[in-house]
Amino acid sequence: MSELRILIVDDSSVMRKIVERSLRQAGLDPMVVFEAGSGTDGLEVLKGQSVHLILSDINMPSMDGLEFLRQIRAQNLAEGVPVVMITTESSEEHVKQAILCGAQGYIRKPFTAEQVKERVLPLLAAAHGA
Amino acid sequence: MVLNGIRTGAGLWRGAPQETEKPMTQSLRENLHLVSDPQNLDSSVEEVFNMMLGASCHLIDEVPKDEEETITAVVGFGGLLSGACVFRSGGTAALNIAAKLTGMEFPEIDDTVKDAIGEVCNMLAGAWKGRVPDLSANCGLSIPAVITGSDYNIHVQAPEFRLHHNYRFDDTVFAVTIICDGLQ
Repeated sequence: MSELRILIVDDSSVMRKIVERSLRQAGLDPMVVFEAGSGTDGLEVLKGQSVHLILSDINMPSMDGLEFLRQIRAQNLAEGVPVVMITTESSEEHVKQAILCGAQGYIRKPFTAEQVKERVLPLLAAAHGA
Repeated sequence: MVLNGIRTGAGLWRGAPQETEKPMTQSLRENLHLVSDPQNLDSSVEEVFNMMLGASCHLIDEVPKDEEETITAVVGFGGLLSGACVFRSGGTAALNIAAKLTGMEFPEIDDTVKDAIGEVCNMLAGAWKGRVPDLSANCGLSIPAVITGSDYNIHVQAPEFRLHHNYRFDDTVFAVTIICDGLQ
């Protein structure tokens, strides 16, 4: 894979930048990052762009991360693309909900770049052989 | 099974009870001493600052000095516990924290600084509630609200409990308050 295409969905632009920085620190470069401030915006990106990985917050206005996941599946967008939730919500119930909605990974905020690397790289390798 | 970082019980996909899950007491009031343990607040602050800013901060008795501009971020709790996590600091501390978090420099409190402080408060609220098992699953967080200005106070009538600690971060001081105004 020459260039990774990654969608980061979070209502905080600061958090989107921190996630992007963590991915670059994990060695995911070169990389094209698409940003979305809500699930609604994330769906719009996926209708026009193909990506290798999606990282999404859960608590967001307009459309939250779990509904975003449901809509990805319902609209057959990003088939086979791993989705990792990055969120302050870390209970077993939230993890379970995320799995049921189609997430393959879960990172709790606060997080370190090393944790992002540990969660993301195996998923990319499994999905795309990266 | 391991969901890429989170260990879950083997019966997850079948909806079977999780061996890692503790039965919910449904009565946080009976465990008020656990919910209001001040050490939970200190360890949450330490965790967020260590992991996201790569720096530690220290609990202090000193009260933050009044500055012309202060910033306050509020994340509400809803569910078994209602209330809020409140972060408050002067402009100098806010600029310092935002700079450490983003790797950027800010001459003044702009939208990015407000966003950064809101996210810090969001992570503090999540880390704090995550330390009490019943709260973690049964207490939701609101989207952060951020207020800037001078000479204002947030008033809550007769809270169930209130934790208020001041911390030193570099040469600046900030305060974090957990206000609980309803407990089931």
